[in-house]
Amino acid sequence: MGVEIKVEDLSKSFGKQLIWGDVTLTVPAGEICVMLGPSGTGKSVFLKTLIGLLKPDKGSVVIEGTDIASCSEKELYEIRKLFGVLFQDGAMFGSMNLYDNVAFPLREHTKKSESEVRSIVMEKMDLVGLIGAEDKLPGEISGGMRKRAGLARALVLDPEIVLFDEPDSGLDPVRTSFLNQLIVDLNAQIDATFLIVTHDINTARTVPDNIGLLYHKHLAMFGPREMLLSSEEPVVRQFLNAQRVGPIGMSEEKDADELAAEADQELPPLPPIPMQLEPSNGIPRRSQREPGSWCREHGITPPPGSFEENMTMTTGG
Amino acid sequence: MTLAPLTATRVLRPVGVAGNLFAFGLDVGRSLFRRPFQLREFLQQAWFIASVTIIPTALVAIPFGAVIALQVGGLIKQFGAQSFTGSASVLAVVQQAGPIATALLIAGAGGSAIAADLGARKIREELDAMMVLGIDPIQRLVVPRVLACMLVAFFLNGLVTVVGVAGGYVFNVVLQDGTPGAYLASFTALAQLPDLWIGLVKALVFGFIAAIVACYKGMNAGGGPKGVGDAVNESVVITFLLLFVVNFVLSTIYLQIVPPKTG
Repeated sequence: MGVEIKVEDLSKSFGKQLIWGDVTLTVPAGEICVMLGPSGTGKSVFLKTLIGLLKPDKGSVVIEGTDIASCSEKELYEIRKLFGVLFQDGAMFGSMNLYDNVAFPLREHTKKSESEVRSIVMEKMDLVGLIGAEDKLPGEISGGMRKRAGLARALVLDPEIVLFDEPDSGLDPVRTSFLNQLIVDLNAQIDATFLIVTHDINTARTVPDNIGLLYHKHLAMFGPREMLLSSEEPVVRQFLNAQRVGPIGMSEEKDADELAAEADQELPPLPPIPMQLEPSNGIPRRSQREPGSWCREHGITPPPGSFEENMTMTTGG
Repeated sequence: MTLAPLTATRVLRPVGVAGNLFAFGLDVGRSLFRRPFQLREFLQQAWFIASVTIIPTALVAIPFGAVIALQVGGLIKQFGAQSFTGSASVLAVVQQAGPIATALLIAGAGGSAIAADLGARKIREELDAMMVLGIDPIQRLVVPRVLACMLVAFFLNGLVTVVGVAGGYVFNVVLQDGTPGAYLASFTALAQLPDLWIGLVKALVFGFIAAIVACYKGMNAGGGPKGVGDAVNESVVITFLLLFVVNFVLSTIYLQIVPPKTG
């Protein structure tokens, strides 16, 4: 069963430049969360702060009673054994072949025999569809394969928390949807807490239980998927529906003139909320909620056409 | 923004870097005793560093010994003390040339390779990945490299000493008409056993410093491939500077503590 991540009042800046401030959120145990944000809002920095690779300026990240931001080096290395992290480029060790890369954490942290290591590694390689590529070096394979190999390595120690840094960047749409299905299936299987950093709208709309949006140096909103997808909040609405109309501009924020010019433009209606991706074996995940339950509980009428089977994805406008 | 704090940060930056380097050295020192020891990595690195340094070192040692023999030989001839050529040559090679040549090669060939290797790992997030997998890169990567550098420096120092003295012998006997007997017999006239010890101690210290600087620079490389190039460049330059200063300090202390042998 996964572990909860409690983030309180977290701020981080590089030099004088504030990346984001006062981020408070709780990633619930065993659920899938997606952290969204325009490029350059420090999503990756947020991820690195969660695993203690970067020290925040203030605030705390509490996992199983240990504050990552202030604990000792030794505690940090202990707590990191709970994590599996998929880096943007896979971060495979260039000097080892894929098999050794995936086996690396097992060999370092466990006293398993080589045959046990082999069976675990092959199982994970099979999971990500890399059987037959064990002897390749990371330099010899495509970015997508590196990413999947990175996922296999992140999973070998049966982590309680899995962090994904842009799992879908640089993958084709087919592989992305396979990967998204894999993420959902994995969550059903190992019940770990998943946090995905991405800016792929399709992933954000269909995969997670919760969505967070980082924008303009703060956490704009964090909550259940349906809450954000039915939100009328301009930033959330603009980003989740990939629209040009809204407060987010090409470089950062739009200035007053641009906003004034948009003022009388009619916003396109919110697109329907799609069904959440279900595990491929049809057995619901433990943290899965019934479609539309949040909207019902909070008396919000979802956009027309929501939660219909086989609906087409409509984003942009 | 006022100018004063800006200048202060700029002036104090080198102090900060020096402090970080020192702290890194302390971290490594502490990790030296942490188990499990990475024997495989250590042997691989020792073999690698030895393989890139042995031949250049031997080739550098020959002219080094020869130059000393020619210079000292010429000078000593004017004093009419030709029989002491061997002794002077040994003293210079064992105490200075050996450790310095070793240091140059360890920093230039071994250190640059280490800095490039770790720098590439750093920018490709391999080090981050390692830390996230719960493995301390200092213990896993840096300690074996530091120990390997020290070991190789120790042995290279021996190599330089032997090749240097042999080179000096050849030049003295063949080119300067010195007598083989006098060259060999005067070996122990001025040189003494502690000279050998200080040579070895220097080699160990130089190996340590070269590896620490290379690892520090490599692990703190940033800003893409150019950052790796800069890290390698800086690591070699900083190592050279440090080694010559440390060599001066160690030599001074040694000469103060151990009285020179007289006739």
